[in-house]
Amino acid sequence: MSLLSPVAALGRVTLGLLAHLGRVAIFAAQVVSHIFRPPWYPREFFHALMQIGWFSLPVVGLTALFTGGALALQIYAGGARFSAEAVVPAIVAIGMVRELGPVLGGLMVAARVASSIAAEIGTMKVTEQIDALVTLSTNPLKYLAVPRVVAATLAVPVLVGVGDAIGIMGGWLVGVNRLHFNSAAYLKNTMDFLEVWDVSSGLIKGAAFGFLVALMGCYHGMHSGRGAQGVGAATKAAVVSASVLIFAANYLLTELFFS
Amino acid sequence: MIELSGVHKTFGSNKVLRGVDLTIASGTSMVIIGGSGTGKSVLLKSILGLVTPDAGQITLDGQDVTRGDRDAFLARFGMLFQGGALFDSMRIWENVAFRLLRGTLKRPKAEAREIAIEKLRRVGLGPQVADLYPAELSGGMQKRVSLARAIAAEPEIIFFDEPTTGLDPIMSGVINDLIREIVTEMGATAMTITHDMSSVRAIADNVAMLHGGKVRWTGPVSEMDATPDPYVQQFIHGRAEGPIESLR
Repeated sequence: MSLLSPVAALGRVTLGLLAHLGRVAIFAAQVVSHIFRPPWYPREFFHALMQIGWFSLPVVGLTALFTGGALALQIYAGGARFSAEAVVPAIVAIGMVRELGPVLGGLMVAARVASSIAAEIGTMKVTEQIDALVTLSTNPLKYLAVPRVVAATLAVPVLVGVGDAIGIMGGWLVGVNRLHFNSAAYLKNTMDFLEVWDVSSGLIKGAAFGFLVALMGCYHGMHSGRGAQGVGAATKAAVVSASVLIFAANYLLTELFFS
Repeated sequence: MIELSGVHKTFGSNKVLRGVDLTIASGTSMVIIGGSGTGKSVLLKSILGLVTPDAGQITLDGQDVTRGDRDAFLARFGMLFQGGALFDSMRIWENVAFRLLRGTLKRPKAEAREIAIEKLRRVGLGPQVADLYPAELSGGMQKRVSLARAIAAEPEIIFFDEPTTGLDPIMSGVINDLIREIVTEMGATAMTITHDMSSVRAIADNVAMLHGGKVRWTGPVSEMDATPDPYVQQFIHGRAEGPIESLR
């Protein structure tokens, strides 16, 4: 083994990673450019909107409910150390709408939607349905990726908004029933501390996460390998890459919005 | 007329096509035979632009297939895929009428459905299957639906990729007869790739054998049995011994 072998291996991995990032960037640019060029496929868009938005509501809602409740308990217990139990409503609200609502909502959608998109498109690829689309004069990127990416970009902020409300309600339920806060005071405290930018920054994050989730699902589905193993690998890669990108984008957007 | 000259294609270290020269005259039915992995599907996909050749030229009526209006080019083709390639999420009639529901050939929905049902009837399927989904049909019925989709927009050129793979001999015979009838009545140019010698005899006007990435032999189907080419003889008689290497 040569002394330079580890360096060469590191170089290969770096080049591979950069090439992969380049392919993803080109794919994203192609998807975005097709959004503004006809033909458009409204039926596929509304179908994707239902699948991504409506059918993700239960999982996002339940996640937000339990997270809001747990957050209230944690803030109360932590705040008690320096006699700051009263901040529970404000911190639950701000924590939910700025961070936990968008990030957990995005992650739940990544688990549910990126996997489903990658598996569906990957299966279409291995069963030659994507080739069939081409022979039927239909651009697969425009027909399969654009409606899903646009639908996710629009649906996830709505899911985040609903999740925020449910999360705050989870905190209120625990605050009132377990921690014996006055119901009206809890709600007033929540409303007094919450600003429009807190909510809207979370919704913008939701749109970015929705875009990334659908983009990763479509990219890995369209680049799926052959057979069941190829589709399985594409599905796994879609969920992992969407999740990592959500965390990275969350940090960057938080820096941009709040530093 | 479809003409291929010096077409090469390599995947990694695997040289699949090594200079294919072939001419398919308009209105004739050409069947490509050859062992598994000899590049038959790659050849067909190269003509459609689903695979980009590394070298060589493919022309349709004298025009390079890689130039010009791609939609107009593809509108001249219909294709039956090996596994059917029907869209699972759509009803049967929507699969058949796919091209008629969008793009330049778009028609009103009711008219597209009517055409789809007529094409289904042409391939021997009743209107009761129109509202089913592909998963609710047998393999043979899915092949028929795929055939109906291939002919729905009345293409000038139809490609058939292993049309009888996975079907029993009776259903294979039915599909072969349908392909022959439809190609004849539409006056279409047909290109079929298959291992099935009964398909070759039922469908072909001309046959080309692909081996080693090149066209080993081509000629009218009537001359196929009499050719002294040892590769063709081994293939059409299914012999294990001969110049084509086989793993045992």
